[in-house]
Amino acid sequence: MSYIAILITFIFINNFILVQFLGLCPFIGVSKNSENAIGMGASVTFVTTVASVVTWAIYYYLLVPFNLQYLQTLSFILVIASLVQLLEMVIQKISPPLYKALGIFLPLITTNCAVLGIAIINITSGYNVMEAFTAGLAAGLGFTLAIVLMSNIRERLDLQPVRRSFQGMPIAFVSAGLMALAFMAFDKSLITNLHLV
Amino acid sequence: MNIVLAVLVIAVLGGLFGYGLSFAEKKLAVKKDPRVLALEPIMPGANCGVCGYAGCNAYAAAVALGAAPIGLCSPGGSSLDAKMAEIMGQKIEASGDTRRQVAHVMCRGNIEFTTKDYEYDGMLDCNAASLLFAGDNSCKDGCLHLGSCIAVCPVDAISKDEDGYIIVDEETCISCGKCVTICPNGVMQMIYEDSEYVIECNSHEPGGKIRKQCSVACIGCMICERKFPESGCKVEKFLSTFDQSVPHSQIADAAEACPTKCIIKR
Repeated sequence: MSYIAILITFIFINNFILVQFLGLCPFIGVSKNSENAIGMGASVTFVTTVASVVTWAIYYYLLVPFNLQYLQTLSFILVIASLVQLLEMVIQKISPPLYKALGIFLPLITTNCAVLGIAIINITSGYNVMEAFTAGLAAGLGFTLAIVLMSNIRERLDLQPVRRSFQGMPIAFVSAGLMALAFMAFDKSLITNLHLV
Repeated sequence: MNIVLAVLVIAVLGGLFGYGLSFAEKKLAVKKDPRVLALEPIMPGANCGVCGYAGCNAYAAAVALGAAPIGLCSPGGSSLDAKMAEIMGQKIEASGDTRRQVAHVMCRGNIEFTTKDYEYDGMLDCNAASLLFAGDNSCKDGCLHLGSCIAVCPVDAISKDEDGYIIVDEETCISCGKCVTICPNGVMQMIYEDSEYVIECNSHEPGGKIRKQCSVACIGCMICERKFPESGCKVEKFLSTFDQSVPHSQIADAAEACPTKCIIKR
């Protein structure tokens, strides 16, 4: 697959949040305003991209030679957890407001299934290292797209007269569901029609 | 052999990452305000949010920055204010109202005393029930007994007793007022903990109407206000309220004379 096809696949067709339903926790938790959403999206993009490359290297240069493929999940989680810890320190250093806004959701990227998901998809799809890098970047960008769209919707919803029983989470979940429906318009045929394969 | 290899690989990976992180930790260490570090452990830690901040630590940080005044924490009360002032090197003027407040249900209605308009069979949540003709009670100001306040209480101080009444454990209550906010009928109110009497009714309906709906409601007869002017009771919109701020001499007599006995000695 070409790199553009991978980008389109993971941003639109297989969007991690709205199509594969992976990593929903920060999607609802940090989408109250767009500034934090962009910060969260950037953090996740960084983690998915670096994690894709590092896990790819660990899998092919450490696990395959020793015939230890069954350790894949364990070692991937180790990589992701360390990366997130590092990211947490960096964000705390360079942007305390963002650190405060992300709060508990930053350490929670550790167990975010979107990150583990892309690492495992890279392996099962048999991507080479550049493809894995692209897929990781695209997965992060897709996450960012979804969370930024969601935060903009929720910012507008805050100004609307919403029935009391729908205020807050319920209306957010309904909007998320409608967004997921809209993303079903992106189909695999998009790639073949664009002659990207 | 294989298992040794597996252990070795994971151990090396883990050690490598751990060492890298501890190195990064030193490089990227962030200095924290020592006053914040001193304030954080003395906060109540309920993270109830009554101060208006996201949690106890957020409030402590705001106080250390000077962005928030001392004294917004009602769970901590005046003893916490004193400790915080000491750490911050400030003096706090004694505010007028240092008596502890607790939540209290201003309603004695139940299945026996209160009539129902219909049989409610929906979600067990007061706000949900309240959407349907303001609840199943004929009295639209009374306790719905579905326990939204129980769910929202951060310290589990509210419970249901065997008769179905909502009761507040006043020892545990941290006066955060969350139950007061969530209650759709406003029947949950803050009262002074040391207040001797309380009028347990919340209905503003005229006596003739409310008598048909509930046998333990305040009917607004004004006996307490007229016959016992020193009782501290005041009837407004067919509901007597008891002024708890100061002790009153005649309140015991008024409680005795109340025809529906809704002035309760605590």
